[in-house]
Formats: sequence, structure tokens, C-alpha cells
Amino acid sequence: MNSADLILSGETLTACPSGALFWPRERMLVVSDLHLGKSERIARRGGGLLPPYDTLETLTRLQSDIQALRPETVLCLGDSFDDVAAAEALDDSHRDTVQRLQAGRRWLWVEGNHDPGPIDLGGTHLAEFRAGALVFRHIATPGETSGEVSGHYHPKACLRAVRRPCFLTDDQKLIMPAYGAYTGGLAWTTPVLRSLLADRATAFLTGRKVLAVPVPRTA
Amino acid sequence: MSPLPRQFHDWFTSRGWSPHPHQIDMAARADDPALLLIAPTGGGKTLAGFLPTLAELAEGGHEGLHTIYVSPLKALAADIRRNLSTPIAEMGLPVRVEDRTGDTGQTQKKRQRVDPPHILLTTPESLALLLTYEDAPRMFAGLKRIVVDEIHALAESKRGDQLMLCLAELDAMCPGLRRVGLSATVEDPAAIARFLARHPDPCHILHADPGPAPDIAMLTTDAPPPWSGGGGAYAIPRVLEEVRKHKTTLIFHNTRAQAEIFFHNLWLANDDALPIGIHHGSLAREQRQKVEAAMVAGDLRAIVCTGTLDLGIDWGDVDLIIQVGAPKNVKRLVQRIGRANHRYNAPSKALIVPANRFEVVECVAALDAVRAADLDGTPKGPGPKDVLCQHILIRACRGPFDASDAYDTFRTAGDYSALTRDDFDACLDMVATGGYALRAYDRWQRLRQRPDGLWELRDPRAAKHIRMNLGTIQDTDTLKVRLKNRMGGRPLGEIEEGFAATLTPGDTFLIGGQVVRYEGLREMTVEVTRRADKAPKIATFMGTKFATSTQLSRRILRMFETRNWEGLPQHTVDWLTLQARRSKLPEADRILVESFPHDGRQNTVIYGFAGRNAMQTLGLLVTRRMEDLGLAPLGFVSTDYAVLIWGLDRVPDPAPLFDGDDLRAAFETWLNGNAVMKRTFKASATVAGLLERNIGPQKRSGRQATFSSDILYDTLVKYDPDHLMLKITREEAMRGLVDFGRIEEMLDRTRGRVDHRILDRVTPLAAPLFLEPGRVPVAGEGRERLVEAEAERLMEAAGIADPKPAKKSWRVPY
Repeated sequence: MNSADLILSGETLTACPSGALFWPRERMLVVSDLHLGKSERIARRGGGLLPPYDTLETLTRLQSDIQALRPETVLCLGDSFDDVAAAEALDDSHRDTVQRLQAGRRWLWVEGNHDPGPIDLGGTHLAEFRAGALVFRHIATPGETSGEVSGHYHPKACLRAVRRPCFLTDDQKLIMPAYGAYTGGLAWTTPVLRSLLADRATAFLTGRKVLAVPVPRTA
Repeated sequence: MSPLPRQFHDWFTSRGWSPHPHQIDMAARADDPALLLIAPTGGGKTLAGFLPTLAELAEGGHEGLHTIYVSPLKALAADIRRNLSTPIAEMGLPVRVEDRTGDTGQTQKKRQRVDPPHILLTTPESLALLLTYEDAPRMFAGLKRIVVDEIHALAESKRGDQLMLCLAELDAMCPGLRRVGLSATVEDPAAIARFLARHPDPCHILHADPGPAPDIAMLTTDAPPPWSGGGGAYAIPRVLEEVRKHKTTLIFHNTRAQAEIFFHNLWLANDDALPIGIHHGSLAREQRQKVEAAMVAGDLRAIVCTGTLDLGIDWGDVDLIIQVGAPKNVKRLVQRIGRANHRYNAPSKALIVPANRFEVVECVAALDAVRAADLDGTPKGPGPKDVLCQHILIRACRGPFDASDAYDTFRTAGDYSALTRDDFDACLDMVATGGYALRAYDRWQRLRQRPDGLWELRDPRAAKHIRMNLGTIQDTDTLKVRLKNRMGGRPLGEIEEGFAATLTPGDTFLIGGQVVRYEGLREMTVEVTRRADKAPKIATFMGTKFATSTQLSRRILRMFETRNWEGLPQHTVDWLTLQARRSKLPEADRILVESFPHDGRQNTVIYGFAGRNAMQTLGLLVTRRMEDLGLAPLGFVSTDYAVLIWGLDRVPDPAPLFDGDDLRAAFETWLNGNAVMKRTFKASATVAGLLERNIGPQKRSGRQATFSSDILYDTLVKYDPDHLMLKITREEAMRGLVDFGRIEEMLDRTRGRVDHRILDRVTPLAAPLFLEPGRVPVAGEGRERLVEAEAERLMEAAGIADPKPAKKSWRVPY
């Protein structure tokens, strides 16, 4: 009861409180911008030594969404890894978790700007994915005429001084929130985000319960 | 025989001066390993600190650095350089003086490392930065003296702890280094002396003649101060009258926002167009420098300012100090008053302007305390570990080091003298590996131990990161404000990000005394125009909020109790009488709680008189318990004497909220999840080097690469609850923002005696609380209800019903 449905190019999709998207007709779960291995990448590059629990936290969330929704297909919409080296450096236990989650279902890795190459972790690696009236790719393409689901921007809404990751959608496009634990956000009114969407757009705020809110028209 | 060379006496005589006794005393004790001078402003304090240096250098022949002077303000370093140049030039001394701060150019900085001046004027941060370079031992070779100015101000902050660790390291590099501290009047000179001296060296304390007692009074006005509010606008005609009567007046405010509003109103009433400026830390540097220059040139009759002018910059002929708003702390009041009459031996003149009627009471209590020379202060705790962690990184940047040597060196800093080896090792481990329970990767290594046992940076490139993140001053999340024009716009200053988020185009606010109109946000800069066609919103600036001291709070409660109201004006007596009749006056040994509806919310006011920080903690604890009881609190705001909580439902019986054991237990569980802890975590983890500051291109473009430190905090609490950073956060929160000690003090004096008054409207004593800034939202059921209602309202207003699946199809998918 905490999710909300939306319609994109005639397809009914469910925005989940966790930031995942479920497509009931296809029994497909979509998550974007997992950024697995982010703290590892920062430490590797001489930055701060952040708590190394982000991958575990993100995978735990994904596991609970998969257990609740039992999807036939899981689609990771790009930037699943913070970089290709982070994918290779993935802990054995995390590798096992991913493989366990992959068992018995189709698993699609759509590539993102952080993780452009194929990954040695099971599943199918794709530049983009089309199904029915919908196209799934990491970065939204201006002028795309199919219903397009994308990630990349990590949109965040601000309502009554509360900031939350959110889905942004008009009838044509859906931009997903980042699913990863250590991910920041880009304000929903930022011109680059706003220009991708029609004037009349709706945000679905993640949180305890998904809330629909009109996106302010100007920055 | 005078300890000063002949030519110095001649110089004094040529100027028609003679050295102050304490200046002679300082020179006589020039060989003391540590020496503290307590002197009022204007007592020739800085010269007293430098005379021995100048005397030693006068003989010539010293190569390289001789004395480092450290001050908390960049402006002070530049000011001192100018002031020193006069005696040096007039006596023809072979002495080179240079300053080195964040404002110094790169070329100059590089040159200074190769060819240092005799006297280097700097700040704690710039000094710490120097200690990160491999060539530091060469640069500091031959160093004889360190002069720490305004040490009373540094001793109150982490900047002072960082400085003392730097001094410990300099001491190890330059044996025989002598330390001099210069301090304003403080309540516990011995504590400052311990802070200054190399542990366990003794430190002699010299007291300069404190000068005549200040001439200090409350400003009287025909109209009484308002029931509420913090601006002091009512007193503007009288303030202008005083400005007219004096040469130069400094008008102090406790917060930047109040200074802005007051300045705005002052100009609206300034019919004679007296030249009056404004100066505070959120204004753009260009703006501040303009005011400073005008002040030095004697072009200004008054400056409206905040704590940024608290420290000893020489502003020339200030002959009146006006303090608007209650001073919160008697010691600070005394130090501010000392800003007037920079001539020694002339009484300082000051007027206090209470901003509202409650502050009348506080001002009278503070005046009593000043007359009784009853200064206040809290004893300093042990040196904070986050600063220690940063210092380990600083040490590592300089080159490989031995852990035992570093431990021994750091313990010579007074505040770290009790540091145990275990605690030090834990800090070293966290700095080296992150200190996490999960140890999976060798990449989680900033420092590594070499086969010979020395510690070094794993990746030398990390030094750059460490230097960029150095320092203990907590940046608040602010956005720059610029006037919008084709040229890119003139910078006006900064506002808090949170405040900027509440603005919509067309809103107006005050900054630098102007009303500006918010046009939009561009590349993380707030663009404004001068088209001010609406009443301005009140900008919030993150300033330090000082808690009213325990001593002052006690004095106030005693005044209520004894009904000794002779010092109070009639209007205040009437107001307190009204409060006593409508509700009740707070008492020292009871907690007064009032409940009343206002503005569509149920309000609860708790009069605890525990100081702002402890009252904030109490607010957090009580709202949490209210949340558990299903009372849907929405938020609260705290002042030094009370906390106001608003919510959707009324509190039926507040007494159980103050059960000491429950509060303590709640405190334990609550501590992990609250906003104060998260804020402290962000500050401490940044200082400790675990988090990097939000700087550079990411901050400018507002890209998603940076994420909230709250996420890291929550992750640690969940997966690594015993992590050292959480322990440090707790220690820091307990001593700073949480201040649970004063809640204990409150519980102890009230012992469960709670008076609950249920009323039909706001009470006289509660009224000012509604205008307090710093409201804290409670994230709970109540807020959830409001956000949902707001979302629904917006959807309806937008008419998003038909073209969307919208409401109808929001069904339960699982």
C-alpha cells in the first residue's frame, strides 16, 4: 500500500518506496544507479576512508525488494558499479549474494557512464533494452518518442524542507532515483533535469510511502 | 636595570610614551619557557608580546625565523604587521616581518618556506599547513619564540587544540622554544596557562593593571521594549541619539540576522544620514574590507557588527559600545566593553539594549554580575580526538614517523597530557585503515607501517587531499549571493543553504543592509536583484549561538524568586506581574510547563533555564517521547530559558516527561538517531579526515557526486556501532551541542516538581519564543501527515487529475 502506480506510454508501472520500479505485466524489477563499490573506489583513489558497508546495504535492500515482488526479470539501469575496477574488486560474499539473487530469473545489466564495459558477474550486458512500448537506457535522450525509463541524474525532491530521492515523469519519460546507499542527488528543479521533462511533470517521492507531487515549473 | 635595550627606551620617549609596567615585566621574563599576560584591550598587549623578540633581534645576526605570532583572525595578522612596522622603522631594527594567511599569494608562500622572515604572523590553520611539508624542520630551524594572541578565544575552540598540537611539534623540532600567551580578562587564568605551556612546564601569569571600572548601563527608552522579538528596533531613535553624541560607536548584535535587520531599520530612521556601516562574517570579503577601510580612515560614526569584531583589531577611536540583545555570558560582555576607549586608563563606556522584556531581566542580571566581577565559564575538557586524528595525518604528510615519538610529542600539549596510549593507538588505527570492524581491503589504508616500524602515507598523493581538508573550522552549507548582471555580478555575501531552499523567485531578503529580490539559483550561486518590492524575509545565518551561562541563569531565577525588582524598569515589572497572574513565574527548584493553542497548533512550553544547547537537547528528548506517546509533535525551538514545542495534539500530563531515569535511558537510545548527533558527526568526521569537505567543482555544480554525511552516519550506526568515530561524535556532542550536563543540573534542582498550566492563549513569557529562529522539525508521524496533506493539496491545485492515471489508479500493488 505504500507504492504508487503511474502510466508511461500506456504501461502501468509501480514506483516502490525503496526507489525501485516494478512492471507488473512483465514481472520486471528495475533499479538504477546502485553504485556498488563506491566507498572502495574513493579509498582506492586516496580520498577519505568511508564506512565500507555501502555495497552490503544496497544489496540487502535489493534482496528485500526481490523477495517481496518475486520478479522474473531484474534490470539494473546503469552505474551499477562505481567503476569497472570496483566491479572486479567486489567482495566474494557480495558476489555470492548477486549470484544468489540472479538464480532462477533473467538479469540484465544496462551499461552506464561509470560502468561501460561488460562485467564478469552473470546476467546479460546491454547498451539499452526495449520491451513493448518502453525503452530502458541509462541516460535520457532528448527527443526520444518511445516511453523511456532512465536513471543517471539521481533526482531529489524538496518538499517542506524535506529532501527525498524521487522518480520524475511526464507521459513520455521516467527518470529514476538512485538506488545505491552512498548516492547524492540533483535537485528536481535543476535546468538539466527540468528541460528533459514536459512542463507538466510529476514527482514520486520515495520514503516510507511514495507520494506524488507536481514538479515546480521553474528553477 | 631595565630588560629593554637603550634604543627602545629612547623610542618610547620620542613618542612621548613610557613602557607599561607589564611590558617591562614581560621583557624581564623573556627567558621563561611559558608566560601568560592577562591584560585589558588597549593595554599595549601585543607590543608587550613582541618587545622581547625585537630586543633579541635588535642585536642583529639572527638567521631565519625567530618568532611566530599566531592570531585567530587573518585581519589581525595584517593589522599587527602594520603596527609593528612603525617601531621597527623608527628604531631602524634589522627585522623582517611578514604575514601568512589564507589570503597570502602562492608565490609569496613558496618563498617564505625557502627564505622565512624573522617574524611570521599567521593563523592556526596556516601554521598547521606549514607542518605538513617535508621541509618544515628546515624552515623552523632557529625558531625561538611563539606568541599566541587572543589565546582566551582560541582556548574555547578546536582551533586552539590544533594550535597546541602544532606547538608541541614545533617544540620537538626546536628545543628551547619559548611560548607567550596574550589574553583578555578571563575567569580562570590558570586554566589558560595550563593550556599554553608545554606540559608539565610551569607558566607564570602576569596581570596588567585592569584599568578603571567600566561605565556601563542599560539604555533607557521612553517606549518599553516589545513583548517579543530579538532585533531591538524599538531602541533605534535612542541608539541614533547616542551615536550622534559620540565619536565612534560599535553596535554589537548576537546574531548576523539581527545585525542585518537592525542595520536596515537604522538606515530607515537615519534622517541625518550619519555614516554607519555593517560588518559580519557572512558578508563578502570585498564588502567587509570596504567597511574596515572606512573605519580606519575615521569615516564612520558607527558600525553594526557581530562577534567578528570581538577580537582586538584596532579600530581607532571607539568611545561607545552598544550591545543589542542580552549578552548571554558575562565574560564576553566584559571583553566587548573593553573594545571602547582603546586608550589605556580611560573607563570604557557601554550601553546594553535589551531586545525584549525577557532580556531586560537578563541584562539587569548581567550588569549585576559585571559590577560584582563575577565572570562565568565552564572548565575545559580533554583535547578532542578528532583534532588528534587530523594531526596524525598532518604528521604523516611531513614524512614517515614513529608512533611512540608522536605519542610522546602530542602529550606535551596540555589538553592531551592525559591521552592514553590505547586511545592514541585507536586514533592512529582509524586514520590508517578507517578502523572498521570489517577489514577486507588493503585499499582501505591511508597510512601503512613500513618494515622498520615507521608509519607513512600509502599513497603520497593523499597529502594533497589532506591539505585541502585541513583545519577545524566547520564550514556551514552556505551559498554565495550575487547581484545579477551581465558582468557576472557583485558578490554580496552568503546565506545558509537551508534558507535558500525556502526562497521562491520574487521573495526578498536582507543582506549587507540591502533588501534584495531572489531571482534564481545558478551554479550554486543565489542571484538577486535590487528590485525589492516585498517585505523582506529574514535570512538565517549560521552564527555561533552562545548559551546563557549557568551563573547568569541562576541570577535570573534568583531575581524572579526574591522579587527584588528594583533594577528593573516599570514595564518589565508589569510584564512579570502579568505573567505571574496569567500563569506563573518560573522557579529554580520547579519546572514550569505551559500548554496553550496558538496558530492552529497545540503548544507546550518548558521553562528549564539550562542554556540554549541543553534546552535544545531537552527539546529533542521530549519530542521523541511525545512521538512515542502518539502526541504528533511537529517541531520545537529552544532558547536559553525555555523550549517551545508545537504539534497536532496537546500534552495531557507533562510530569512523566521529566522522569530522570527515563530521560537518561531515552537519552542513550535517542543519542544515536538525532539531528544534533548527525551534525556533530559531520563536523567531527570531517575534522578527523574520515570525510572530505564539500569543496571543489562538485560543490559548485551541485552534482550528485556528493552525498549526505547522514547516510554515512546511519550506515555506521547500523553496521559498525562500536566504531571509534561514533564514540568521538558522542564525546563531542556531549560537551558541545548536547550539553546533557546542564539537563542533569536542571533535573537535580527540580527533582520531579513539575507545574503544568493549561491556558487558552500565549503567555507573556512564552510570546518571544514564537519569533525565535532555529526551529527544529521533528521527523515523525505528525510531519508525515503534513507532507502527505501538502502533496495532495499541490496535486489538486495543479489539477492533475484527468491526463494522468493519478489518484484513481494509485492502488495497492502488494
